[in-house]
Amino acid sequence: MSNSKKILIDPLHINNPITLQVLGICSALAVTTKLEIAFVMAGALTFVMTSSNVIISLLRNKIPPSIRIITQLAVIASLVIIADQVLAAFVYQASKQLSVFVGLIITNCIVMGRAEAFAMANPPGPSAIDGLGNSLGYSLILIVVAFFRELFGSGNIMGFEIMPTVNNGGWYNPNGIMVLSPGAFFIIGFIIWIQRWISPSMQEETN
Amino acid sequence: MNFSNRYIVLFAATLCLALSLVVSTIAVSLKETQDANKLLDKRTMVLRVAGLIEREDQPTPEEIATYFENIETVVVDTNTGNLMVFDPETMKIDPRKDAKAKGLNKKTEGNWAKKAAIKTIAEKQLIYLIRTPGKECVAFPIYGNGLWSTLYGFLCLKPELDEVVGIIYYEQKETAGLGGEVENPRWLAHWPGKKGLTAEGELLVEVVKNGKVVDETTQVDGISGSTITSVAVTFMLEFWFSDQAYGKALGNIRQAISGGTNE
Repeated sequence: MSNSKKILIDPLHINNPITLQVLGICSALAVTTKLEIAFVMAGALTFVMTSSNVIISLLRNKIPPSIRIITQLAVIASLVIIADQVLAAFVYQASKQLSVFVGLIITNCIVMGRAEAFAMANPPGPSAIDGLGNSLGYSLILIVVAFFRELFGSGNIMGFEIMPTVNNGGWYNPNGIMVLSPGAFFIIGFIIWIQRWISPSMQEETN
Repeated sequence: MNFSNRYIVLFAATLCLALSLVVSTIAVSLKETQDANKLLDKRTMVLRVAGLIEREDQPTPEEIATYFENIETVVVDTNTGNLMVFDPETMKIDPRKDAKAKGLNKKTEGNWAKKAAIKTIAEKQLIYLIRTPGKECVAFPIYGNGLWSTLYGFLCLKPELDEVVGIIYYEQKETAGLGGEVENPRWLAHWPGKKGLTAEGELLVEVVKNGKVVDETTQVDGISGSTITSVAVTFMLEFWFSDQAYGKALGNIRQAISGGTNE
């Protein structure tokens, strides 16, 4: 049990896919201008990564090593299409805003990274937990980044006005860099800093 | 583990077959819901731009259907200016798709088309005649390039086409907070009441650089910090009301909306 717990909890902090492994940065920049979108993206990725880990793990003894990468890719791509279709059918507004980024889950290095590194070598149970844990680690960062970007970039949280902006007749002058991709880099940088300050074991050795 | 070539080929083929079956089953079974969503979304935008509902309102499918009892979808032939009542059962018209379909589209020419970065458009466009008593107006779909993306929206004009009822953008990927403010109701609120088209079809309303409004009746203040997106709005309006798009049909449209029925 403690092992499963470790598989689940580690990716949230100590082994976070974004802030420690620096994977999945592309979407962390792209879909974090608004909190709501980040939630939908996080949900879609959780579905894709957990299911792909389970499917790959079930097939792990059947997959010929010579075509294992393309097999993983085919499974993940299919799951991504399913996620995209389901979003378009049931949460149309959000899917409209996410547009290409759901499709780009396929290029999210975390998904294939977990399939190759964990699911190929472990039974379905732990693989599911690993997929879930890593999705949550990714989602956590996405949501924190989106929270600050939406708050400082447009003065809102989940679309609700927190700080009335000058454009809307209020006092807050939105911070332009927060709505642009570099804003996400700054916030992720701060998160990395804080994490390594809390857990010095995460710090790399200096040369 | 050693796998024979035969096994590898069989495995790959089975996997592909299984995955494609799953994906296509799901895609086909959800298609209807997705298309319904798209139609409802578009119709919601028409209701908003025509001022039948508030900008923030999200009407239910039943409410939308009720409103659309008084709204007529009309096909505009951009070459002849002729109008036709749109019948979704027999006609397959999707201007956005048709713009890229050979045989259904046409090449655009001239300065405005270039500035709005529109190379081809569908020959047949769909417009909406709103006949709700007291709120009669015409909603024209518009689109064109901004800074990063294509902006899709509607411009709504009074029956005489001489006054703006409203404008709305429902799809764009401009910089959030800057060009993305074209979706901001506060900016869109500048539009109602501006002069629309002259009797000859010349477009009067235009977006000017932020803070440079001289003539309140025709000029709309641009969005601060996003001049390119702001002027893009003017470019696409000039294009869509030129003779290449709705221009030739304006007379017919005036007649159709004020005359009641049309052929």
